[in-house]
Amino acid sequence: MSATTAGAFARSPAEVKVQRALGRRRKLVDELVRWFCLAATAVGLFFLASIMVTLLWRGVVALDWIVLTQEFQPTRYGDDSLPKGGLVHAIVGSLIQTSIATAIGTPIGLFVGTYLSEYARGSKFGYSVRFISDILLSAPSVLIGLFIYQIFVLPTGGFSGMAGALALAIIVIPVVVRTTEDMLQLIPNTLREAVVALGAPKWKMITLVAWRAALSGILTGILLAFARIMGETAPLLLTSFGNNILSTDLSRAMASLPVSIYQQANSGFPDLIEIAWSGALIVTLTVLVVNILARVALRKRK
Amino acid sequence: MSARTLSAPPIGQRRKIGDTGDKIFAALCIGSGGFVLVLLGAIIVTLFIGGLPAFERFGVEFIWGTTWNPVEGREEFGAGVSILGTVVSSLLAIIFAVPVAFGIAFFLTELAPGWLKRPIGTAIELLAAVPSIIYGMWGLFIVVPFVQKNIQLAFGEQLASIPLIGFLFDSTNFAGTSLFSASIVLAIMILPFIAATMRDVFEQVPPVYKESAYGLGATRWEVMTGVVIPYTRVSVVGGVMLGLGRALGETMAVTFVIGNANRIAHSLFDSTTTIASVIAMEFPESLAGSLQQSALFALGFLLFVISFIVLAVSRWLLRPRLK
Repeated sequence: MSATTAGAFARSPAEVKVQRALGRRRKLVDELVRWFCLAATAVGLFFLASIMVTLLWRGVVALDWIVLTQEFQPTRYGDDSLPKGGLVHAIVGSLIQTSIATAIGTPIGLFVGTYLSEYARGSKFGYSVRFISDILLSAPSVLIGLFIYQIFVLPTGGFSGMAGALALAIIVIPVVVRTTEDMLQLIPNTLREAVVALGAPKWKMITLVAWRAALSGILTGILLAFARIMGETAPLLLTSFGNNILSTDLSRAMASLPVSIYQQANSGFPDLIEIAWSGALIVTLTVLVVNILARVALRKRK
Repeated sequence: MSARTLSAPPIGQRRKIGDTGDKIFAALCIGSGGFVLVLLGAIIVTLFIGGLPAFERFGVEFIWGTTWNPVEGREEFGAGVSILGTVVSSLLAIIFAVPVAFGIAFFLTELAPGWLKRPIGTAIELLAAVPSIIYGMWGLFIVVPFVQKNIQLAFGEQLASIPLIGFLFDSTNFAGTSLFSASIVLAIMILPFIAATMRDVFEQVPPVYKESAYGLGATRWEVMTGVVIPYTRVSVVGGVMLGLGRALGETMAVTFVIGNANRIAHSLFDSTTTIASVIAMEFPESLAGSLQQSALFALGFLLFVISFIVLAVSRWLLRPRLK
């Protein structure tokens, strides 16, 4: 750049030539990079589109009322007179486990987020809690399954729906912590000061004013956490294990959509793989719709 | 917050009630914070205790041993193959994902018109929301056949005859489920995390800096390399580490496409295994209290240590920019 300005004062023909070449090269590089970035973005979008198209194309085939209302049936490959199976056991199991997990994980995450935003400002303990919570957010989920297996499945004597819900609850906590803290920090301090100046104790300030002001943001966090655990497979494989019949008994092995998809996709029978694809379509649509809803809610707030 | 100093002077009972509520609430909040710390500690300790019999039996050699034999009576376990598979597949995924993620972040911060930024940004973030099992199925039914037919069969022999690096492509495994397929799927999975972090840190660069450079006649690329990258270098590395941490622990997607063979991959197209997929494949069928289960716990402990270090470094690097 400095060469350009210096060149403006003393120009020999050779220098002009060099400058023009340099300018052309700079423009060319810039242009190349621009195309590269466009291509990279296109690649990213292409993968999303490819996944969605594949899911729709292969998932719709077997998606019918039977899939949504029937339990698992063994393959009827080569014999169409056998009853067709479905995924209702998995859908119900998934809903039960994710609901309990959200119900357990949300309050803990909410209190941790509140602590980080309202109490911990600048303290060492608060810093380490934030740090560890962020690590948990990205920690391998299969290890959380191992952890629950050791402390819950073994002592209680077997795989159970409750163990699955506990494993998922651990995944919920850091997600809720993150959004709660972020949302509470958006609230202006003057609001807090106004409430405290009226003589309200701090806990009333937090529960009645701060939480309420951040409500939609906190709800978004809960929705995102719900969407995240809807698709978790690995921890459930080691805790609630999966089941082929409809069961609402939390003390026994319980089916879940991701685990059923995993088992049926690896079964090798075309008709079961078809059902796995419809399950995959259901899971992905749920997760993406919840995500989009959460984002829309958050955008309105901002 | 200085609630206590601001509150009204002590007048009898009312203040007392407020105080108790405050104490309980503060205790709840701090207790929950402590719970998170205890939780992480408990996970580490539990995994270690679970893996203790295996560590005792095989000693330090467990870490680099390459045999994995769960047959009763001849049990021998070593983590070497799966550790290597985990690290190599994650590093390859990083190599594939980082340039693309950088391109996306650059596009979103500097190139895209305002109305396009939000929809494309959301689409990339949605890519991160797709569950890993879906990536696994998509990988198994779309990526694996593609790699098998259009890459390995089409170019494998030509690539294998390249001097020096040819052996990387020379494989007798034509199933398509391979280290290469796993890295591709992993790369796509971590792409949105790296891209989103990079975009966020790029946006933190004060506009004045960039405008000054543009004012001097710099092109977009020169602004990127001369201003944005130097300003955000540390955080960009942090974002890449975050992606690496994610890739190391990824389970289901990898399990579908890596082939799950306890062999060291000598070529990109060989099948191998990773720690997480060994656990997912073998743990549900292992006997409670068996040496195999203990070896799987030991593997889990090692994975936890590796990904903890990577994620901690990532957090530490990202700390100044992103809270």
